[in-house]
Amino acid sequence: MLIKFLGPISRDDLEVEVNSSEELKEVIKQNISDEWLEKIAVAVNDKIVSNLDDIKDGDVISLLPPVCGG
Amino acid sequence: MVEIYNGGLPVEEIFSKWYKLKWGGMLLNFVGIVRDDGGINGLSFDIYEPMLNEWFKKWEDRVLMAHSKGNVYVGETSFMCAVYSKHREFKLIEEFVEDFKANAPIWKYDLIDDKRIFADDRAKKLPNAGILV
Repeated sequence: MLIKFLGPISRDDLEVEVNSSEELKEVIKQNISDEWLEKIAVAVNDKIVSNLDDIKDGDVISLLPPVCGG
Repeated sequence: MVEIYNGGLPVEEIFSKWYKLKWGGMLLNFVGIVRDDGGINGLSFDIYEPMLNEWFKKWEDRVLMAHSKGNVYVGETSFMCAVYSKHREFKLIEEFVEDFKANAPIWKYDLIDDKRIFADDRAKKLPNAGILV
């Protein structure tokens, strides 16, 4: 599974092996500061999701901080 | 598809290209220029292009859009969009820009002495933000 830390989170992509959404959350928490947690949205294979229940091997997980274009 | 440029947009070139596309009626163009505000010397942008293009699909038969990535200095343009239709349609551009501000996966930084500082105070959480808490 590949985790992308987008925009101002500013970390390199991370390849991980996890077996559950709980494990994935733990890995993410170890790699970003707490202040991001309540602000970021999560996309699985480029679609924003409301939970991580259906993640599977090979998914791309993108972490999206609050946005502001223009 | 959104037109992405490194640095400030070539406004006249983009507009003349859009103007020459074949349709008739109205072309309403919005140009976002970086202003001298709060001691910044410019803005800087990151874009996640796969999701930006996916988001834009619902607009692309009515709207054209160009956006910068990287540094854009005061007085340069970072964002252009244009609505085209057969008749006047002023509300559509407002609706588009509101959706853009709330959902387009673009991150803005102030440039102070060319150093990037995330524009946290102007950023909006995306839908379902916070599911990791």
